[in-house]
Amino acid sequence: MTLEELNKIKKENEELVMVRKVVKEQGEEMAKHTGYRKQVLVCGGTGCTSSGSKKVIVALEKSLKENGLENEVLVVRTGCFGLCSLGPIMIVYPEGAFYAQATPEGVEKIVKEHLKEGNVVKELLYKETVHADGSIISLSETAFYKKQMRIALRNCGVIDPENIKEYIALDGYQGLYKALTSMTPDEVIKEVLDSGIRGRGGGGFPTGRKWMFAKATPGDIKYVCCNADEGDPGAFMDRSILEGDPQSIIEAMTIAGYAIGAHQGFVYVRAEYPIAVERLRIAIEQAREYGFLGKNIFGSGFDFDMEIRLGAGAFVCGEETALMTSIEGNRGEPRPRPPFPAVKGLFEKPTVLNNVETYANIAQIIYKGSEWYSSIGTETSRGTKVFALGGKITNVGLVEIPMGTTLREIIEEIGGGIPNGKKFKAAQTGGPSGGCIPAEHIDTPIDYDSLIAIGSMMGSGGMIILDEDTCMVDIAKFYLEFTVDESCGKCTPCRVGTRKLLQYLDKITKGKGEMEDLQRIDDLATHMQKSSLCALGQTAPNPILSTMKFFKDEYIAHIQDKTCPAGVCKSLIRYEIVADKCKGCTLCARNCPVKAITGTVKQPHVIDSDKCIKCGVCMSNCKFGAIITK
Amino acid sequence: MAENSLSFKGTKAQEEELLAVIAKNKEVPGALLPVLHEAQEIYGYLPIEVQQMVADGLGVSLSEVYGVATFYSRFSLTPKGKHRISVCLGTACYVKGADKVLAEVESKLGIKSGECTPDGLFSIDSCRCVGACGLAPVMMIDEEVYGKLTPKEVGKILDKYIAEEGGNQ
Repeated sequence: MTLEELNKIKKENEELVMVRKVVKEQGEEMAKHTGYRKQVLVCGGTGCTSSGSKKVIVALEKSLKENGLENEVLVVRTGCFGLCSLGPIMIVYPEGAFYAQATPEGVEKIVKEHLKEGNVVKELLYKETVHADGSIISLSETAFYKKQMRIALRNCGVIDPENIKEYIALDGYQGLYKALTSMTPDEVIKEVLDSGIRGRGGGGFPTGRKWMFAKATPGDIKYVCCNADEGDPGAFMDRSILEGDPQSIIEAMTIAGYAIGAHQGFVYVRAEYPIAVERLRIAIEQAREYGFLGKNIFGSGFDFDMEIRLGAGAFVCGEETALMTSIEGNRGEPRPRPPFPAVKGLFEKPTVLNNVETYANIAQIIYKGSEWYSSIGTETSRGTKVFALGGKITNVGLVEIPMGTTLREIIEEIGGGIPNGKKFKAAQTGGPSGGCIPAEHIDTPIDYDSLIAIGSMMGSGGMIILDEDTCMVDIAKFYLEFTVDESCGKCTPCRVGTRKLLQYLDKITKGKGEMEDLQRIDDLATHMQKSSLCALGQTAPNPILSTMKFFKDEYIAHIQDKTCPAGVCKSLIRYEIVADKCKGCTLCARNCPVKAITGTVKQPHVIDSDKCIKCGVCMSNCKFGAIITK
Repeated sequence: MAENSLSFKGTKAQEEELLAVIAKNKEVPGALLPVLHEAQEIYGYLPIEVQQMVADGLGVSLSEVYGVATFYSRFSLTPKGKHRISVCLGTACYVKGADKVLAEVESKLGIKSGECTPDGLFSIDSCRCVGACGLAPVMMIDEEVYGKLTPKEVGKILDKYIAEEGGNQ
């Protein structure tokens, strides 16, 4: 592969891909040169696949054939667009018409009316893209996308991840070319350092420094690893990047290899992500075929290749030393640090390990320069951050924002607010290692240091929005159950400490807590933070500490008043029927599994608290909102 | 051991497949995990007999194989049902009522998470996030993901599978 060949592929495919990125008029002009009048992009990410996007693609291709359009309309299966709750998502270019929750039936209508006749099927569009006057706006103009800035996700939902040419069309492998042919390894490292990028896996350690240490360690054999063991339950940024833009990871890891002097890379990815694994496998094969992996890349004399290693469902393997132990074929238990991986890592060789999202930024940093990258974000947190927005929020999905964006902007503008008229209570970031940001801090800018200052953390990117119906003690208990399950057991503070903390929380949620328990939790948490072997144990107390800090009232209510203000903790609540609202429809009584509800037709019913097992079936069945918890 | 050997129903073809996998990976550094992944693909689970074959083939001790097989939650030492139900208990699903979904599946099938029905048709497990948080709460039955679930919905979905199997659970 030479630069001429690379640019030739880029030129040949540029317009085809750019149709999806420019405004309608420009796109229409470009489309004339591509051979396709229209392009239909269908999301093939995990979210949309789960909602049935495969059936949509089959129906689309069949319908196009029946209407004789298969040579005029190009169907592209992309990665994640970000708006997972609206899946399956389908976008028609050049006009950028955004069809949400597509169905095989709807697709037929779209083919006939829109693709054939040219009339957009407005009733099937995502409602936010249709104005009252009937005019439509493109996806990039919606509230969800407007405030976002996509660098790591730049190609997700834009290109076909199984076609390397589309990646090349959008400047793919230009960064690698630049690094290998016009920069020394030290210059590459300096560029990454100057960009200010910090590890996106949650630690926030400057990426350039990691590379610098690994380069400085002498050794013939070194390794580059990618951490794609996304363990935080509720986070799916890394998966989406691998599914939507796998080449960006290959390019970045090759650049990292050149910078530190490694010739072999490993991607450690969760086996729970079959689509991501498959796309990455295809991407590696294509990269080899085009000469971006292998011997003498771009004629520079530099060799690099990589392979995939599958995780097997252990959260602790997201910790860097445990991940390496697992690649070595052992139980994924962490090792004490130092020595740090940059000195003694995988197979005891100097190793650089970065997270998927970090790598997704690297090629752009090298290609466009550190000055460009460091102009985005805040003083100490440069660039952007991807969050997986989930929980009680209208627009569940993936968002990428410049550092410094406030939580309020994420929730109210991008996220579309809290559904069902409920009140925002807190945002949980960083999963089982993280903390919560309460409503009073909603104007906090999202960056590494501001979040630490208020006792939370950036985390790897899971952001779960909680509303007034969430009990903070229960949420802390949920995370502790998780860490108890996932503690590897190697060191005592974590193995015993997590269990002990869970016991306290269990006591409190059952109404048996004592005020002294709060102090005991605090003491134990301090010990765990100081003496656990790895970050899993050191950070396991965070969900409790931050909820205790911001929602102490709730803990006290559980302990002293024996009540759960949010009405969640089963031992502390009673189900009751409000006589005024009950119409006597008998639905609750018929569905109660323990026959605890009695009453006659058209008369208010009553729940027998002694029999009630608090399963909540009656409440979810009641059509009149007559059943409440106290 | 004798009792275990009786219940182990590995075929010659499966054994040959496993031996081929071992031969292919023997020289790969850190081969144990990839081999166990493939062994579980072949047999559906990792009984002691299979672990022994892996240990012999890779030249490591059985205790090492057992240690690795029991460390990772994806490896199972007991057989799974014909239909593997996996209820997501990740955070996004949890705050949207995943515990009620799991309770419904358990009561409907009369077994607990981690168990298999006596007829071998269904097994239940919980998992931590399949990454379909936009559809929370979700469960997977085999490779199929079911999203935006309510306990009622769960009942209907399970009824469909039970009817297909001609059962009357």
